[in-house]
Parts: sequence; structure tokens; C-alpha cells
Amino acid sequence: MVVRGKAWKFGDFISTDLIAPGRYAHLRDNLPEFVKHVLEDADTHFAPAALTGDQTYIVVGGRNFGQGSSREHAARLIKLAGVPLVLAKGFARIFYRNCFNIGMPALTVDTDQIAHGDELEIDFAKGVVRNLTRKTELTTGRIPPVMLSILQEGGVVEYIKKRGDLVFEEATHGKKAGRGAL
Amino acid sequence: MRVGMTLAEKILADKLGREVRAGEIVICPVDLALVQDGTGTLTFDVIRQLMGKDTLKHPDRAMIVLDHLGPPGRPEYAAMHKRLRDFVKATGCLLADVGEGISHVLVSERYVKPGDVVVGADSHTNTAAGMAAFATGMGSTDTAVAMALGKQWFRVPETIRFELRGPLPVGVSSKDIILSIIGTIGEDGAVYKAMEFGGETIRHLSMDARFTITSMAQECGAKLGLFPSDEETRKWMRTHGREKEWKALAADADSTTERAIEVDCSRLEPLMAVPHTPGNIKRAIEVEQEGVKVDQVFLGTCTNGRLEDLKAAAQILKGRRIAKGTRMLVYPGSRWVYHQALEEGIIQILEEAGAVIGHAACGPCPGMQFGLLSDGEVCVATQNRNFKGRMGNPNSFLYLASPWTAAATAVEGRIVDPRRFLS
Repeated sequence: MVVRGKAWKFGDFISTDLIAPGRYAHLRDNLPEFVKHVLEDADTHFAPAALTGDQTYIVVGGRNFGQGSSREHAARLIKLAGVPLVLAKGFARIFYRNCFNIGMPALTVDTDQIAHGDELEIDFAKGVVRNLTRKTELTTGRIPPVMLSILQEGGVVEYIKKRGDLVFEEATHGKKAGRGAL
Repeated sequence: MRVGMTLAEKILADKLGREVRAGEIVICPVDLALVQDGTGTLTFDVIRQLMGKDTLKHPDRAMIVLDHLGPPGRPEYAAMHKRLRDFVKATGCLLADVGEGISHVLVSERYVKPGDVVVGADSHTNTAAGMAAFATGMGSTDTAVAMALGKQWFRVPETIRFELRGPLPVGVSSKDIILSIIGTIGEDGAVYKAMEFGGETIRHLSMDARFTITSMAQECGAKLGLFPSDEETRKWMRTHGREKEWKALAADADSTTERAIEVDCSRLEPLMAVPHTPGNIKRAIEVEQEGVKVDQVFLGTCTNGRLEDLKAAAQILKGRRIAKGTRMLVYPGSRWVYHQALEEGIIQILEEAGAVIGHAACGPCPGMQFGLLSDGEVCVATQNRNFKGRMGNPNSFLYLASPWTAAATAVEGRIVDPRRFLS
């Protein structure tokens, strides 16, 4: 699957408090309203721009994107704002699983090679980010097989429903899953 | 020949009845899954999507804790609480109502035992790993899966071993140990890893002190931070009427860890995390020299809201008054902590010093309704994170510290090193 969009750069250590601030906890059961505040404390311009729907934005972070609270609303709001995937140098582990569980890829890549506003084309099956503005090609970190199979079903709920249970080939054999980002 | 296992490997291996190794994917039965009021409704939406109805595999192993939003300060919070109470009626799961305490404090007092696997839709679920449980935070969807199916998948984490050496100097607490570690390895220094704490110093750390460390393992990205189960764990479970559930549990001496880091505790000083990240560490004495006036001091949370923490603050506040222009809020971690503090006269000391005593709950930490800050205001809190906006206002400034440092700061009305108050 290939997606295209414009890079919206954020810095290192973007916490879920910055993505989905606690002061909007009263909107947690009202995500269409909450999404107007997504990433507000990191960049107040992001939500209004993303929600116009004129342009697809790729959220581009730095180190440990999504750190802190487990609140899954953070990943859901980014997806709800029309963002197809998130790129960062690294992800906090709860946020990482949350993204794949709701069918939104989170890919590791050297985001120093991406500037705010760059046009990107991401082929995540091949593990490639093409920077169309700079005419460069970046290789993404490997998506662990378990996460890839969840993603291919559109999320973990769909994955389990299709199989009638939580089962992974990797878990039944007790074999090494490798040193992926998990 | 049997090869040695880390504590994380051992707990999962015992659950599965076979050897497991770091890097493996396992599907494991879950002994306890919890949600709090800020993450519960989404979790139960997902259960309905997954199962077509409100249902749980083991209602007696699923728990809702109303610790973040109660008593509701907004009608939306009341509506969320109502949905959660309705879910309890439909499924028969456990409920800890408003005022019973913070989920992580409660589950360690009442439910978790060494060797358990615990998940929760709250990032500080790993606090319970202080009693040698595989306890880790997850999102609402993952927690929904665990509650609905009674199991969850995990990647067995690699382990970073922390050897704590030397006695703690006066005025230095376990909060300063974990702040020092986060400052050293960074907020992503242990991402996806298990931290395992050992060394001679841990024998002298109470369970209250250990939970401070395991709570903040989350702040360097770890899946969990584990302590072995030993005589301290046993003593603590006895206090809570559960000694029969205790067992000893420790890593094998020949286990394979990714790396080992030695912490010389005898050289530590009172530390603080300064705005706006928990890895931004300075010595309290340095911050004191900057002359930081403080509007609010907050004592509590899953990190430092236990009896020993309230006692530490009382040690400094006894016979003293909180400075004019500074307010101090205390939220005990659980009803048990509150009762003990009342019986031992701790609450009276704090109250007479001018502190406001709240109910057993998260209080101001998540920035949702209590003790919110105004633009430009400064708060010193015993909590675990100080991200921009954490206490409800992105234009305020949060410093993280131990109960001693927080109490000394309340007396002076400005950030100070607490050692002058302790001999």
C-alpha cells in the first residue's frame, strides 16, 4: 500500500499529553469534538490545517514519539484527523501497539532527512519513504511480523474476529520473533 | 541443561509451563486486567465491537477504578462514570468506587501476588511489578482483548539489570534513585525493555519505596521495572492480610541480561525533574540557587502517595507552617493509606501545617479537574511526569521531586534542598 502526503514535523519526545491533553478528558467519549484539539500543545496550527481536509498530512516525529500516558485516544485522534500513518525515529511502546491495533502504521525512519512541508510517498510494505521534495529515498525499520499481520486486517479487533481467537503463528512455535521495534 | 532466566522470563515461563526467552512472542493468561475512568469507556466500546455484547472472560479478574475523574467535576465525567457503573452491572466485574484509591496502589494492596500477569489501560500499571508481577500498561484496545479473552500477547522483553549499591544518604529517597536513572539513560533509555532492580541497597528499600521506582520505570520507556519478591514483599503482604499468597521469586544468577548498570546510591543527592520532561534532571540544590517561587505543592499519586511518603512529608512539616502564598495539596494513594495516616496522626500534622487533604485518588496529576494551575504558575509535585500541559495548563511549570523535597519547598515557598530539615 502506498500513501502520499505532506510532512508535518514535530520534535523529539512528543508525549500523549501534548497529543491529547488531559484538560480535554471530558471529550474522550466525543472524539469528533476532541479531534479539534489533536496535538494542540505541540503545535496549535496542526489540527485546524489537518481538519480542512484539503491536504493529507503525515505526522513526522523525532525520538520516542507518543511517550507517557497509555491513552489510546492519542493514536485515534491522529487517525481521525485524516493522518494515514506516523513516522518517527522511535516510538514509545504503548503508543506503538495502539497505532497498529487501530490499523494505523507507525514506521521508524531517520526523520532528520525530512523537512516540514516535504512531499512524501510511503510504501510501507516495501519499507520505503520517498521524499519527493528532496528526491531522496529512506528505508524504514522493519515492521515486526505480528504487527504486520494485525495491520493487514485493519486492526486487532478485525484480526481476532476473522480467526475467532487471539492466535499468532509466532507464539505457537515459541520461536524468536527477532529484534524488531516491539 | 536448564539455562538461567531473568525475572521477566521466569514469570512468563511459569505461566506458560515452558521455557521462554527474550525476543519470543507469547500468548499468556492474564490474572488481572484493569481500567480507570479515563480509559474505561473506550475499552468497553472495543469489547462490544469484538464480542458483540458486554462480556468478560473472567469478571473476577477485571477491575474498574474510578480514580481520575471522581467525584465528577463535569457532567461529561458523570456520564462516563454512569457508563462504567452500568458495565459493572452487566458483567459483574470488580469496581473500586470514588475515594477507594488509585488503581495501582489498590491492586498491589488487594489483588496482585508475586508471579502474576497484570495488564491495565493506564501506563503506570507497571507499578505492581514492584512485587515481582509481570505488570504492564497497555492501550484500551489491548486491555479490552485481555478482559474479553482472558489472555494477551507479549513480546518477552530483554532485561537491563540495575545493581543498586551503597546506603542512601540523609534526605535521599527512592524517588531520587529513579530520577537519577532516568536522567542517565534518558526517557527512551529502556524502551520495550524490562528493568530489573537488584543489589544490596534494595534489601533496605520498603515496598512503598520500591513502588516509587517501578511506577517511574514507565518514564524511561520500559515495559516494566521488576523487583524480586523477598522478605520485604512478604512483610508487606502480611500487613495487607495476604501473607498466604506470598512466594519468593527472583532472577536466576546466571540469567542473560542485555546490560548491567551500577548505581552508587551513596553518592546520590536530592534531585528534581525540571520542566517539561521527566528526564530533565537537576540537583535540588542547583534549582534552589535559581530561586524558584512555588505556587502549589502536590503530595500524592501512584508514585509517592503511600504511607511512607506522607510520613516523610510530616517529618518536615511537623510544627511548621506552609509558606504564605503557597498552597499544598495531599491526596492519599488509597483508603488504607488514608486510614493509617489518620490513625498515626500524620493527617493531623499535614493539616495543621496548612495542607489541604483530598480524597484517595489521582488528584491533580492527570490535569483533569483537581488542583489545576494558572498561566505561569509553578508546582512541585511528587508525581511521575511533568510534560507540558500535564497538570491541565500548557503555560504552567511542573517540577518532580521526592516527598521530602516537596515538603521542604512548601515550608519555604520556594524550591529548596530538603537536607537542612533532616539530620
